[in-house]
Amino acid sequence: MAEALLKVTDLQAFYGESHILHGMNLEVGQGEVVTLLGRNGAGKTTTLRAIMGMVGQRSGSIAFEGTETIGLPSNKIARLGVALCPEERGIFASLNVEENLLLPPVVKPGGMPLEEIFDLFPNLKTRLKSQGTKLSGGEQQMLAIGRILRTGANLLLLDEPTEGLAPVIVQQIGEVIRKLKEKGLTILLVEQNFHFAATVSDRHYIVEHGRVIDMIPNAEVETQLDKLHTYLGV
Amino acid sequence: MFELLGIPPQVLFGQLLLGLINGAFYATLSLGLALIFGLLNIINFAHGALYMMGAFVAWLLLNMLGIGYWPSLFLAPVLVGLFGILLEKTMLSRLYKLDHLYGLLLTFGLALMIEGLFRQMYGVSGLPYPIPDALKGGQNLGFMFLPNYRGWVVVASLLICFATWFLIERTKLGSYLRAATENPALVQAFGINVPRMITLTYGFGVALAGFAGVLAAPIYSVNPLMGSNLIVVVFAVVVIGGMGSIMGAILTGFGLGMVEGLTKVFYPEASNTVIFIIMAIVLVLKPAGLFGRAR
Repeated sequence: MAEALLKVTDLQAFYGESHILHGMNLEVGQGEVVTLLGRNGAGKTTTLRAIMGMVGQRSGSIAFEGTETIGLPSNKIARLGVALCPEERGIFASLNVEENLLLPPVVKPGGMPLEEIFDLFPNLKTRLKSQGTKLSGGEQQMLAIGRILRTGANLLLLDEPTEGLAPVIVQQIGEVIRKLKEKGLTILLVEQNFHFAATVSDRHYIVEHGRVIDMIPNAEVETQLDKLHTYLGV
Repeated sequence: MFELLGIPPQVLFGQLLLGLINGAFYATLSLGLALIFGLLNIINFAHGALYMMGAFVAWLLLNMLGIGYWPSLFLAPVLVGLFGILLEKTMLSRLYKLDHLYGLLLTFGLALMIEGLFRQMYGVSGLPYPIPDALKGGQNLGFMFLPNYRGWVVVASLLICFATWFLIERTKLGSYLRAATENPALVQAFGINVPRMITLTYGFGVALAGFAGVLAAPIYSVNPLMGSNLIVVVFAVVVIGGMGSIMGAILTGFGLGMVEGLTKVFYPEASNTVIFIIMAIVLVLKPAGLFGRAR
């Protein structure tokens, strides 16, 4: 495995009184695409939010490019080059598409120019003046991904980017993720749909009850299919 | 001379002008309240007291330091804004995770303390503040007499309201503010220092109140209770316009001022209650307010 860009060690996280993560351990190498798989409520989304600094209380260690971020507020973490595409997409209703796209500030050089984002997501270019939430679900997902590509962030946290989308759009998003990987971006993906995950990821972590219980390299998905089915309860 | 529904035009337009001036204060104050509520989720009951502070700061600048109206129009809002930032930093910022009610109680308490303090020092009789020389006198418009200063109050309020609207709806900074009003956690996760933005927004909203206070100083006498008399109506304006809507606050402010003025002409007995009657009707028919989005 390449040198770890993100190293999470013994991560504990809480929402109010509830203890969600019980010692997560995971690593994501520079340029890797890694998936968190697991049942609903296993703590996958919370893991992404904890890495982003968006949960109330957390402990353990989250090192990004060697910098410890466990004590930093989310705006500082973002400035290091971490960006989140949230599960609910987080498109702002009071902003038009263009404002949504330009909202996240550039945090590092090397972000994707707007033209390239429009090449990936041609629909966005024709809808720039529309209200953000007037877009279709697929277009909103493209907008949510597109806006974090501009910022130069080199670790993208994508929370269920294919949820509720038509198969042809899921394919399109798969292609985008492969293109981003070719460009050298590092991606930590949360997915329910491991058939989709298998088409884009290098490795899969299995999450259960707030910790990682197994890791399966993508090459072994075929041979470990039974085990995966047991983990995911499909 | 023509008459309209048996009302002489001087009376009609005179009351409309008064309504427009009241509307200018309603608009400027409810604009600040709407901004603050949108981002901080706090119903700022101290707004009236801070408006009064704006007038007093102008009075003090004039009588202690000889600083006149025009510099005060800039300085007093800045000083009131800085005071607001201090309040936000030391007190309000602790309440964001709690229910609205805590912010309301805290700011209500602050309003009482600020007003009590000024009452203790300056009494309740009211202190005169002169109209600046450039705005003395008035214009005869044929159908009515327009005092220059009153015309200026309407123009200045319109300008500041429009500038605020433009800042929020048409600029990059404004897009941060709108986005943070919807989902502060996500905006912060994009790398924006939302806590600082909240502090500055409170300071700005409160500075608007200070600005209105300076505008009011030459019209109404500078008086520790001038804010509490006004703020109840302003809250009704905000409820009618819809909490958190910028254009809604401006239009409702001016509109209701005029409605109040017209009521004074046609049915004076209701002029003090008409806004509250409208509020009740709006709350029944459109609980989120005329321009508000349900949330």
